[in-house]
Amino acid sequence: MAQAISPPEVIDGDPSGRRGGYSSDAAGLGRLRAGAFVAPALLLIAAFLVFPALWVLYLGLTNYRLTGAAAAEPQFVGLDNFLDAVANPTFWNSTWLTLQFVLGSAVIGQVVLGFTIAWVLRDRRGPLKRLVEGLVILAWILPSAVVSFLWVALLDRDGGTLNALLGIPGFAWLLDHPMLSIIIFNTWRGTAFSMMLYGAALGNVPPSHLESARLAGASGWQQLRDVVFPHIRGHILTNLLLISLWTFNDFSPFLLTAGGPDGRSEVLAVHVYKVALQSGELGYGAAVSTIILLINLVVAVFYLRLLRSKK
Amino acid sequence: MAAIELRGLTKVYPGGVKALDALDLVIPDGEFFALLGPSGCGKTTLLRTIAGLEAASGGSVLIGERDVTGTQPGGRDVAMVFQDYALFPHMDVTDNIAYPLRIKKVDKATRRDKAAEVGARLGLEQLMDRRPGQLSGGQQQRVALARVMATQAQAFLFDEPLSNLDARLRLEARTFLKKLQRELGVTTVFVTHDQAEALAMADRMAVMEAGHIRQIGTPAEVFRRPVNTFVAGFIGSTPMNLLDGLVRGDTLEVAGCKVAVPALAEGRLSDGEKIVYGVRPEYMTYSDEPAEGGIGGKVAIVENLGASHLVTLDVNDVIVQAVVPEGSEPAVGDDGYAVPRSDRALVYRDGELVS
Repeated sequence: MAQAISPPEVIDGDPSGRRGGYSSDAAGLGRLRAGAFVAPALLLIAAFLVFPALWVLYLGLTNYRLTGAAAAEPQFVGLDNFLDAVANPTFWNSTWLTLQFVLGSAVIGQVVLGFTIAWVLRDRRGPLKRLVEGLVILAWILPSAVVSFLWVALLDRDGGTLNALLGIPGFAWLLDHPMLSIIIFNTWRGTAFSMMLYGAALGNVPPSHLESARLAGASGWQQLRDVVFPHIRGHILTNLLLISLWTFNDFSPFLLTAGGPDGRSEVLAVHVYKVALQSGELGYGAAVSTIILLINLVVAVFYLRLLRSKK
Repeated sequence: MAAIELRGLTKVYPGGVKALDALDLVIPDGEFFALLGPSGCGKTTLLRTIAGLEAASGGSVLIGERDVTGTQPGGRDVAMVFQDYALFPHMDVTDNIAYPLRIKKVDKATRRDKAAEVGARLGLEQLMDRRPGQLSGGQQQRVALARVMATQAQAFLFDEPLSNLDARLRLEARTFLKKLQRELGVTTVFVTHDQAEALAMADRMAVMEAGHIRQIGTPAEVFRRPVNTFVAGFIGSTPMNLLDGLVRGDTLEVAGCKVAVPALAEGRLSDGEKIVYGVRPEYMTYSDEPAEGGIGGKVAIVENLGASHLVTLDVNDVIVQAVVPEGSEPAVGDDGYAVPRSDRALVYRDGELVS
């Protein structure tokens, strides 16, 4: 649009091409000035995102340790760390637990629950809707430390609120069902995002399309399948992409179970923390981090492919 | 095919707005019926209540002598064309047309055959594999019509079916819709705010205002004899002259001029009564010379209507309009005289037609 209405760029002697004070881009800044606006952000990203990522890649190829001789003079060890990780049953156990965590709490828990709440509340007005939304969003905005403490207090074996409510004192939720506990915890914690996203998406479904389906005699499920889901397909995939990645890298299960008991809730993020910072094997931890990065890339590419493909 | 009957139908929205106030209406089998009125008069609410998309607050809806007041939209056996056509963007034309059949669990081959048959009838053969996004407005409308036809419903409901088309296409679609309805013979109710559309297409029409039906009749009846001043002012491309007047013996005094009592009101008026005199600009004979029973004034504006001109006279500070055939239009500032046709002029007392 901007190009169609702007006069052609004037280039006569003035190297910036800004004679008359305009350029052919939409904001009329010209390449140099536009670059100057973007530069600070790019520098910050480079310093705090790109550089650490490359640094992790490098560390993964060394025997760098937190303490000792290898901390002072790390040796280049090639792919040894990666081979160690692949041969390590704890790593595979963590990967499997992470998969359960992502599927259970994000894909099934947050998406299904978030969509259901948004769908049920779509035409509601008044205090009930505000109350439900308020509670769900509250779970999302509270700081992790606070929320973890609340859940530890809820699930505690001896003085826990849940056991008191159910009348089964002495039931050790976090020890006997660690994965179930963190999956339910994370579903509760993260549903707000999906709920709000689907709430906005459902507002874009034209009412006449739903009414047209109703007049044809479509049931509630048929209306969802034939009208709602095709309309919000892009929203669903974007939502899945975001929460899959967030959940994959989520560290808060550590605050509830510390990966235990006996590694039974040690998801990959917790695994990296344990080997790199508790055992001090930074090189090995960096290698596992690189593998996580690759898995994330695969997941992202998978969703983006789906998002781009029509039909 | 079925008649539609409304008995004391009332719709009150939460918040107390009364959109429909105890409406009674019978639409016989096979009729093309128009609901006409200004924005917010309740015509769309009425259509949606017949469809079941709005629940009635009182009264009942009967379709084919079956009481469907409490029935879900899907169980009423009616089909609707929405203002935006409501075609599903992810389905091609065939699937869109066949969608109601798919919900009714008709097998795939039969569905495709039916869609092809109806599509061909509406000239959509070449477009059956396209998505709605690849169709023009007129084509989309025909797909929506085809979807309605494929259902073989008892009655069709059209919500402003022509309002999304451009002016030229609207005229074509008007003729097309009327012809199609006649051929199919299915009871059809359509909503419009355009009086010309209602007059052109409908067998009968209802003019609505503020949740009430102000007049029901054929287009000719509604055009010639509006039963109240609301309908009189609403119907007609050029608004009817509605002039305050007084009965003076056996003549009327309107805008300071003497005019004859219209044929319809003869013998029904008493001396000294306050009335409103109504006559359409089309039913005025214009002349440059003073004429017996004419309303005389200065020409204020002349508007070109194509084959005729609309002349606005300033008669003692009252506006009177007359339609003048082409070739004899006056110039602004001339003296002019408009003589109402006494067999077409109307008299209203307290807003109601005297007849």
